Amino acid sequence: MSQLNSAAPNQTTTTLTLAKALNAGMRAALAADPKVLLYGEDIGSLGGVFRVTEHLQKEFGEERVLDSPLAESGLIGTAIGMAQRGYRPVVELQFDGFVFPGFDQITQQLAKLRFRSQGRVELPVVVRFPYGGGIGSIENHSESVEAYFAHTPGLTVVTPSNPNDGYWMIQQAIATPDPVIFLEPKRRYHEKGVVQLDAPAHGLHEAAVVRPGTDLTLICWGPMVRTCLDAAAAAEKEGRDLEVVDVRSLQPLDFATIARSVEHTSRAIVVHEAQRNYGPGAELAARLQEELFYVMESPVLRVSGYDTPYPPSKLESDWLPNLDRVLAAVDQSMAY
Amino acid sequence: MNTAMSIGRPTDRPSAQPGRFQPQQPVETPLVQLLRPDGTLTSDPDFAPTLSAGQVAEMLRDMTLIRRFDTEGTALQRKGQLSLWAPLLGQEAIQVGVHAALGQHDHVFPSHREHGLAMLMGLPVERLLGIFTGQETGDWDADEVRFHHLNMVIGGHTLHGVGYAMAQQRDRQADAAADDGVSLIIHGDGAISEGDVNEAYIFAAAYQAPAVFLCVNNQWAISEPVERQSIVPLYQRAWGFGIPSVRVDGNDVLAVHAAMQWALDRARNGEGPSFIEAFTYRVGAHTTSDDPTKYRSKEETADWQIKDPLSRTETWLRSEGAWDDAQQAHLDQEAEAFGAQVRSAVNNVTTPRFEEIFDRVYAEPTPDLIAQRAQVLREVAAL
Ligand SMILES: Cc1ncc(C[n+]2csc(CCOP(=O)(O)OP(=O)(O)O)c2C)c(N)n1
Ligand SMILES: [Mg+2]
Repeated sequence: MSQLNSAAPNQTTTTLTLAKALNAGMRAALAADPKVLLYGEDIGSLGGVFRVTEHLQKEFGEERVLDSPLAESGLIGTAIGMAQRGYRPVVELQFDGFVFPGFDQITQQLAKLRFRSQGRVELPVVVRFPYGGGIGSIENHSESVEAYFAHTPGLTVVTPSNPNDGYWMIQQAIATPDPVIFLEPKRRYHEKGVVQLDAPAHGLHEAAVVRPGTDLTLICWGPMVRTCLDAAAAAEKEGRDLEVVDVRSLQPLDFATIARSVEHTSRAIVVHEAQRNYGPGAELAARLQEELFYVMESPVLRVSGYDTPYPPSKLESDWLPNLDRVLAAVDQSMAY
Repeated sequence: MNTAMSIGRPTDRPSAQPGRFQPQQPVETPLVQLLRPDGTLTSDPDFAPTLSAGQVAEMLRDMTLIRRFDTEGTALQRKGQLSLWAPLLGQEAIQVGVHAALGQHDHVFPSHREHGLAMLMGLPVERLLGIFTGQETGDWDADEVRFHHLNMVIGGHTLHGVGYAMAQQRDRQADAAADDGVSLIIHGDGAISEGDVNEAYIFAAAYQAPAVFLCVNNQWAISEPVERQSIVPLYQRAWGFGIPSVRVDGNDVLAVHAAMQWALDRARNGEGPSFIEAFTYRVGAHTTSDDPTKYRSKEETADWQIKDPLSRTETWLRSEGAWDDAQQAHLDQEAEAFGAQVRSAVNNVTTPRFEEIFDRVYAEPTPDLIAQRAQVLREVAAL
């Protein structure tokens, strides 16, 4: 926190980008607990390809911030072993498309050891990586993989959409006794926001109403929160008052907050970058119809990526949900 | 105390001395080198140059054109025409030496930096540039070009290459008239740590597949030095898998060619897989998004530039009387023209129509994909 204190000695807020807020959050966690380790490819002297761990190796040393061999299964598997002996590894995977060499270790080992050991083994491992598209990358660098992990019992899955959440959620994730898949919306890394330094606004697994409204609820997370807020601002000009709920935690899901919102708007649209079929929107739509069928004025709609692999980047703006597609879905929902 | 009982106590344990417990590490790791950095010939007990000066002059030409391709790639990225470029500067001799040794039915399973080899194998530069403009993902027929599609998930393709080699082997067992092609699998010094790559060695050895592994050790995997991946020289890794290996000077086009010929011949003759570590240096950044000043010294890079593959080849050719100023001037002109060709090629890459993506997912689009395609077309029509 030294950097923050020197930047704003007597203030309780500061303005940071999401990348810098995550960096500050990890710095605070490293300073607070000597068992916290950062572990990943190119996170040391380079500070990660997005510079999220910049300067941390210099400040905390190579014993706390470890550059690893190029092997994701190895990274997750050894993090599990370290966690079994009381360490709290925070593993960085370089991109969303590169989690898969570590998929067994995440979904069959990390996720299940507590259960396998009948509750005895605790694995406070955070696996963080940038996800989603929108930055003009080549193949395997724009994947939205949240459903795989939210579908796996034993894992928790969270995603900050803004710098304040980035700063607090990474610290809360590191303090969690269970594995956390921590998804960072890479296209929002450089967006700035106010960070409250004294206390978090929400618990790690709480959803947040980020814009109140009365006509319809947009349900979203990570990179799509900004898109939905923009859509809500545009809809306001047409006289529509949209509420935006930032889900923040996909597993566990704070369905109570989502339900409260939809109870008073009676309409809901789920917006995510991930492909539609069997995607996270399907879970939310199912829950809404199971629990709120009688309050709904219209079916739950989904605005998502299409059911193809992520396209070459020159086509990505047509593939990703955008303002127009969200507004078209709003029209469709309101027309019922 | 019964002495027999004490056997196995920690204090009585022999230390893991080289010899019985691990191989004796050679003080100096032998490097196959035929052409020294100063452009003079040297000899190797196992490998001899088999190329005429005329052939080497052709290789100098190829290296020069590849370097030009690479320079243009970086420049196009700077101008915003490519979203990314992975420079190959300094690694030209490997790609040219490999190409000269490849047989006409051999298949290449490349890593992400073999742009020059792709070009030499006849892949139109547009197709490779199209990946880096973000318009294409691999618009070529790998059966025809024999240069397989780029895989960005490090290491995964090495298993594909081994499987392809296993299929080549089966084809020959089934039909003596089948082609004599073998598979060349290229990966980096970083990739060597991936589980898939190690499994590729295991499968290649288990089935004695006609495969050659070319490990391009350019000393860096983004910001991580090769020492982070291995505490033994990389070529020695292969021994534990039962794969014969050599380390070759990757900036010496004669040595790369000779070693590659050896390995390809072994595969072709049914002697199983081999491993070649090409010892070189990534002179440029990892990609145009990278900043090497954060993790390595300018001195290190400068030291390696002295070992430049092009200049040593030119020096040798001149000493043989096989190269002169006129030829160099002609080559410079050719490179200039080629550069212009690359710059215009990038403009020939077209962005596919969005709805085409729905047709590439399965042999037949699913009902959902057909519906999504129709919806997209309706939206386009409504605009
Ligand atoms: C599975 C996976 N993990 C991480 C990356 C990110 N990445 C891309 S290239 C690279 C380094 C590769 O180094 P090396 O194998 O030595 O090849 P070089 O780039 O030096 O040619 C890394 C870590 C990736 N593409 N795939
Ligand atoms: Mg390398």
